[in-house]
Amino acid sequence: MTIHDHALWLSAAIFGVLVLASIAGTVLKASVARGEPHAAIDNMNQRIRAWWVMAALLGAALWSGKTGVVVLFALVSFVALREYATLTPSRRGDHWALAVCFFVVLPFQYFLIWMDWYGLYSIFIPVYAFLMLPILAAVSGDIRNYMQRTATIQWGLMVSVFCISHVPALLTLNIPDYEGRNAFLLVFLIIVVQASDVLQYIWGKLAGRRKIAPGLSPSKTVEGFIGGVVSATALGASLWWITPFTIAQAAVISLAITLLGFLGGLVMSAIKRDRGVKDWGALIEGHGGMLDRIDSICFSAPVFFHVVRYWWTP
Amino acid sequence: MNLFADFIAGALTGFTRLLTGAQARWTGCAPQAVQRIYYANHTSHADFILIWASLPASLRHHTRPVAGADYWDTGWLRRYLIHQVLHGVLVERTPRPHAPNPIAAMTDALDRGDSLIVFPEGTRNTTHQPLLPFKSGLYHLASRRPQIELIPVWIENLGRVLPKGEIVPLPLLCAVNFGAPLKYTTSEEKAAFIARTRGALLALAESVQPK
Repeated sequence: MTIHDHALWLSAAIFGVLVLASIAGTVLKASVARGEPHAAIDNMNQRIRAWWVMAALLGAALWSGKTGVVVLFALVSFVALREYATLTPSRRGDHWALAVCFFVVLPFQYFLIWMDWYGLYSIFIPVYAFLMLPILAAVSGDIRNYMQRTATIQWGLMVSVFCISHVPALLTLNIPDYEGRNAFLLVFLIIVVQASDVLQYIWGKLAGRRKIAPGLSPSKTVEGFIGGVVSATALGASLWWITPFTIAQAAVISLAITLLGFLGGLVMSAIKRDRGVKDWGALIEGHGGMLDRIDSICFSAPVFFHVVRYWWTP
Repeated sequence: MNLFADFIAGALTGFTRLLTGAQARWTGCAPQAVQRIYYANHTSHADFILIWASLPASLRHHTRPVAGADYWDTGWLRRYLIHQVLHGVLVERTPRPHAPNPIAAMTDALDRGDSLIVFPEGTRNTTHQPLLPFKSGLYHLASRRPQIELIPVWIENLGRVLPKGEIVPLPLLCAVNFGAPLKYTTSEEKAAFIARTRGALLALAESVQPK
């Protein structure tokens, strides 16, 4: 099959899944809820509608090429960092450090990815930004809670910008016999990790009994976790044909990124619980904020990137 | 000419919404075309633009911010913005002889049927206290026009977007919370009225805080 056939099949499959989900949502609304308000079903339908929008945005970005993808994920990072900075405490003395994160570090990181400068974009935030931000906070003269404030800003930049920027960075990998197909790697990562979230939700609703982390995420169950990870791994293995992996490799990688995605969700929940909120924001109807939707991507993207880079590029 | 001012107003509200995510939460009242005095906490120059941007366009035309003449009546740009775009009511914060009475300027605007946005703290709060003590302006205004309802408005986070003295705004999410209406009750003492209105605003702030 040619690359265009792959793209066509994949798009048709995603379209089909969304159509099926929408039909199921409409049928449930009519039969179970009988058109009346129903919290779980209405939330599911909102989520399905949001998935249409997210799939369309990602599809349009991929179709437009590297620049479009880099710009899309820069915006995702911007919105995520904004949700993070809104929810975490900061003081007057952090104003410049935060301004530099939003208006200098974030655009520059994505610019480096756009120009494919691996040597710098892989260390720019963990080395240069992490040295510069404490300097800015110290120069402001406000030393109250200095350690917490510095760590808070660094961690926000790490999760919302550095980790997410590894998604478009997948487009820059040079994999032998895979030229021009890197967009599929990106789609593979997002489908497997997001499907794992959705499948954990579905398995949890259908078979969920025992809570897996009651203090962190009361809706997550052992049954949902196992069912979701196993079925998402199977889904990832079945998508081997769009990747440079064999079926077994695709399965192992899928298992790794779904586990990381799950753990990432727990970490981001811990931050939310610490701040006493349920959602990061209200941007995406039914899902909460941007960070609620991409928390699992944050943790899986850099590892997926480096696994592929280490074993599949010369 | 007014078309241009309307265009600037639209651009300003659009920009504010984009930058702050301006979420309007009408928890205590609905956005109705009722004459009101909105009184809010004051942490930033962008405060009334944010309140203004979170009102529906139909209410915005008849809702005028009350602003300090010492800040806004300097320079052509501020003057243009406050008079032509925001339709502000300018008051002197430090009374001078022969200066127009600030309360009279506000009651004039109310008598014309407009709603007002006021900041009873009188100045921007740059402390770590949630709310400064109120000046007596709100009392004088409410006791002269007791039939008009007072809406407490709690602005979340804008003080972090643009703290006093900074020039680069941070794109943090802000929310404007509209509380339940209050009214001046006949012969209420000044101190009691100020305590009641300030308490209502603090209670609103408390109710929207993350636990």
